[in-house]
Amino acid sequence: MRDTISFYLNGELKTLCGAAPTQTLLRYLREDEKLCGTKEGCAEGDCGACTVNVSTLAADGVVKREAINACIRFMPSLDGASITTVEGLARDSDAPHPVQRAMMDKDASQCGFCTPGFVMSLYTAYRNRTMLPLAVANDILAGNLCRCTGYGPILNAAEKIGHVAKTADQSDADRVELEQLSSLDHQELVEIEHGEARAYLPATSDQLAEIYAAHPDATLIAGATDVGLWVTKARRSLPKVIFLNRVRDLASIKCSEHELIIGAGVTYSDAIDILAQSYPGLGELVRRIGAVQVRNAGTIGGNIANGSPIGDMPPALIALNAKLVLRHGAHRRTLPLEDFFLAYGRQDRKPGEFVEAVRVPLNAAANELKCYKISKRFDQDISTLCGCFNISVSGGMVAAARIAFGGMAATPKRALSVEVALIGKRWDRSVVELAMQAFVKDYTPMSDMRGSADYRLCTAQNLLLKYFIESSAPLEQTRLVGYGNAFL
Amino acid sequence: MLGEDASRVRGVVSSPVMHDSAFKHASGQAVYVDDISTSEACLHVYIAISTHAHANVGAVDFGVAWKSEGVVAVISADDIPGANDIGPVVSDEPLFAVGAAGGVVECEGQALFAVAATNFEAARTAAAKVVIDYDDLPALLTIEDAMAAQSWLEPPYKMTRGDVSAAMEASPNKIKGRINIGGQEHFYLEGQAALAIPGEDADVTVYCSSQHPTEIQHKVAGVLGVSFNAVTVEVRRMGGGFGGKETNGNLPAAAAALVAKRTGQAAKVCYDRDDDMIMTGKRHEFRIDYHVGFDDDGRVGSIIMDQAARCGWSHDLSLAICDRAMFHADNCYYLANVEINSYRCKTNTVSNTAFRGFGGPQGMVAIERIIDEIAFKLGKDPLEVRRVNFYAPHENMVSDRNVTPYHMKVEDCVIDEIVGELVVSSDYETRRTEITDWNAKQPLLKRGIALTPVKFGISFTKTHLNQAAALVHIYSDGSVHLNHGGTEMGQGLFIKVAQIVAEAFQIDIDRVKITPTNTGKAPNTSATAASSGTDLNGMAALDACQKIKKRLIDFASSEWGVAQDNVEFQSGCIRIGEDKIAFDALIAKAYLARVSLSATGFYATPKIEWDRATGTGRPFFYFAYGAAVSEVVIDPLTGEYRLLCVDILHDVGKSLNPAIDLGQIEGGFAQGAGWLTSEELVWDQAGRLKTHAPSTYKIPTASDRAPDMKIAIWKGGINREETIYRSKAVGEPPLMLGISVLMALSDAAANAMGRAHYPALDAPATPERMLQIITGGWG
Repeated sequence: MRDTISFYLNGELKTLCGAAPTQTLLRYLREDEKLCGTKEGCAEGDCGACTVNVSTLAADGVVKREAINACIRFMPSLDGASITTVEGLARDSDAPHPVQRAMMDKDASQCGFCTPGFVMSLYTAYRNRTMLPLAVANDILAGNLCRCTGYGPILNAAEKIGHVAKTADQSDADRVELEQLSSLDHQELVEIEHGEARAYLPATSDQLAEIYAAHPDATLIAGATDVGLWVTKARRSLPKVIFLNRVRDLASIKCSEHELIIGAGVTYSDAIDILAQSYPGLGELVRRIGAVQVRNAGTIGGNIANGSPIGDMPPALIALNAKLVLRHGAHRRTLPLEDFFLAYGRQDRKPGEFVEAVRVPLNAAANELKCYKISKRFDQDISTLCGCFNISVSGGMVAAARIAFGGMAATPKRALSVEVALIGKRWDRSVVELAMQAFVKDYTPMSDMRGSADYRLCTAQNLLLKYFIESSAPLEQTRLVGYGNAFL
Repeated sequence: MLGEDASRVRGVVSSPVMHDSAFKHASGQAVYVDDISTSEACLHVYIAISTHAHANVGAVDFGVAWKSEGVVAVISADDIPGANDIGPVVSDEPLFAVGAAGGVVECEGQALFAVAATNFEAARTAAAKVVIDYDDLPALLTIEDAMAAQSWLEPPYKMTRGDVSAAMEASPNKIKGRINIGGQEHFYLEGQAALAIPGEDADVTVYCSSQHPTEIQHKVAGVLGVSFNAVTVEVRRMGGGFGGKETNGNLPAAAAALVAKRTGQAAKVCYDRDDDMIMTGKRHEFRIDYHVGFDDDGRVGSIIMDQAARCGWSHDLSLAICDRAMFHADNCYYLANVEINSYRCKTNTVSNTAFRGFGGPQGMVAIERIIDEIAFKLGKDPLEVRRVNFYAPHENMVSDRNVTPYHMKVEDCVIDEIVGELVVSSDYETRRTEITDWNAKQPLLKRGIALTPVKFGISFTKTHLNQAAALVHIYSDGSVHLNHGGTEMGQGLFIKVAQIVAEAFQIDIDRVKITPTNTGKAPNTSATAASSGTDLNGMAALDACQKIKKRLIDFASSEWGVAQDNVEFQSGCIRIGEDKIAFDALIAKAYLARVSLSATGFYATPKIEWDRATGTGRPFFYFAYGAAVSEVVIDPLTGEYRLLCVDILHDVGKSLNPAIDLGQIEGGFAQGAGWLTSEELVWDQAGRLKTHAPSTYKIPTASDRAPDMKIAIWKGGINREETIYRSKAVGEPPLMLGISVLMALSDAAANAMGRAHYPALDAPATPERMLQIITGGWG
């Protein structure tokens, strides 16, 4: 067992003893290290001004370089990582880093406060040799807000950076990074004491099961994209926490002919490709969850365990009839995901029990699943409502239908009455219009700052019609953004 | 440096040099207030705020805060040596609402008291321990509430010209309508921040993120009860301002200074995002009712507009903002008979404040809506109706169609020329036809297009504010120190003024040291606002340069024995008769000859005057113009939409720096488009803001930018007035190009509805509002 964490910061080894379990990386950088280039813009992972690059060693020995929001990343979770902040790039104006050069040449900063965050998002893309045509750049930068430029100059800089990254020789930097990360790699349990507070970093799911069973009062933290806000916004103190991000065997996706078994520690970014291959609609939904920084940290398991009424992933997973694997000590049980959500803020999870995996059936036809996330803004926004439809039509008749929504009830919830109104009926507009009337039986949504109850209900109904239109019209004629759209 | 030829002098006027801090931005080395290195003894101050919209507050026991860990001082209304007031124009804003005996709160987010501690968390924790006993009073939250109660900051104000009733009577067509226009959060990325360092005697130095250092100086001095000369305020840069740091910096600066003087320790106030959004004023929400008479060509014959603005609980700058909304109720259009009534509603909500455009955008949105509706009613392309209503072009001064509702003659109108060029370059006519064809073939999506013009008046409408000061030193090595009263918030003011100095002396811009705005160097300055930064400070800096140049020319002429007109500042050197001497060599000689190498500069805008009582005069030195075409696509089943294509042609006069100007144009457009689409402020029934962080308040992100975006500076641009190198102000006007997006959405909505009736779309046009208008309401 260890009682310290170690990481590299701009190439320098740091070892911390007794780090506060919920001290954020941003506070550490600005206050302890006096590295003030990284800015606080919102303290909730929504503006990206605090973006830094965090590199880690994945289970397969490959270096994962990711843009991360430092404002909601807790220090203990950085054990074994290599962090690059804007100060880790060039400090001399005569020899700027290619990313800095491009930003300058394209007049991509005005007030400059968001700029370090943009630079670090682009730096991460540069290190990953990502080409940045507009659609990709828009995604890479969706988690960075700029209020001055209108983004055009930054997108121009991104395009240039993509080309430079392709040809630049980064082999030395890669080698050093791999050596440093390898030198930090270990499989020990880390237990940190900070006054009365405790942080545990298990390295295996067995360790996790054991610790959590012994400390069922602990808060489990995976990506901290939500728990981070409990601390920075709700100002809760979390005296006992267990970090999941070092549990490698939770971070794997197993793929069989019939299902995907997604470990609870798998991040959205880890999962997006395979999900998109299986179900293009699901891939597009994941692309719309948060932004890159959030998807790099947030996990599907954490998203489910949190039980948000909006849900992000659960509506789609319920529509696919996904199962949840829960574990307590050595005991496991499996239940349909929809049964996990009991009521607002309440899930079927016992003390000491944790989400180990979600099992996603692969039996639906790829394009039968369609997901519609409705929000005020396309990127980095929370759903006003999210409707997911999995409808099979055979011989002109609806053979099966699973429809689930987020943002329409206290939990992610199926539209059972609508399903009944469809199943066994002819798949035509009149049936669909009749079925639209059934939404009122399934949902009594609320009004809030994201939308009124009326808007939610009307849109939910219309989404069924949209699904119907999309069953005959190509996506190019129906989609405004993302997968299938004709406008970029 | 002889041989420094024309091609080597870098950064003079009209060259597209990058922002002076570009590398510092990109390397994290640009210092903002919260980045300033302080000693460990620096105190962190938390401002406790009201959670009720309107209430009497009972006696407050601050003892729990004093006893809380790390607390060094608790400061309330009882602890203010000077005036408990931070109001910028009218003294109606207490710094702190409560003392030990309690007090009154008039909005959610009003500052109650402050706690200073060794770290921010300790201060915040201590503040939260203080129990505030609210006894709620009736609260007026909306424009409707205030109008019903006639709760106004001042009696309704009117501008009028012509005979509205007779002309209305005579008009063959009439419409009546209403548009509700939401407010807007500034969302500068850097929150309000101030750091105060106590000095000897009564002195204090305040480093802050403010557009108005002089006002900070005045309000800090007022709160401390000292004269202005005890307070020095310095601003190096802001992480965005947009008007949100014109007056809202008073509170954190005054609180920090108060703590610093009381404790003898440096003190810092930095609002976190949620507090910032709850505590600080926003763009005014407006409700505008209109009654319009027009002929069969769509020409407006008579118009009455009633503008009601939600000002919030105190004056702040609301009266001037509401005035500017009236000044822009015409936009580019000649309104033959016109009456504009303005109601300045006092409500129990945060005191709304300056925001890029300063009321102008709201006035302009209404008239654009009206023109759009007239066109719909007549079955015409709105562009045609816009053009028949334009003010007469500047070369046609015999026309009588050039007088504004405030009786100022528009002498520089170039809008029809700009629009004419834009119609061609954007291929507007063809695209409109293509859109109609496209829409007919689509199973779901519908497109829309709109072209809207902008005419924006340049000058503070409070005439005395149109003045500026600068200070230029040349050191004996030939390096130049530049200072002026303008502040840098990202708009590129500093680089532009440095270019003006480089141009004046014909030296490389790298020789010109840009220095922080400081009230000790340039006194009695106006806010960097009203787009006037470069117009005013550039002229003041040029004045200082001219004074020094004159001395240098006098010196060279007598030293070399040549006529004064035989001394010339050429690129990189000075020609004196047949000789050429490098700039630094001349400076070295001038120093030895005891020539003063330092000068202050001053500028006051000519020609302007405004009589508010009669509503007549010339409030503006000139107008800036521009136009934009926006094309959108909507999903009529969900109300979602996407901006597809934007063409902008904008008049900046003769550009001082095309790179900076293009940045202002695009940034302004995006901010205007955001205001009218996704940026929605929501309050609950109790008057509490529900959208106080980026998770709930949605400014545009990268993908909201139109994938096809063409922005051009109008080549015909030249300021007909004698402004600095004939440039035009560019800070605010482009924001209103974003109105084209709202009008394009309106067009698309009409297309989705089969043009059955006019989609009277309120702003912001969120997907919800779009769906509501398309479906004809709920239920």
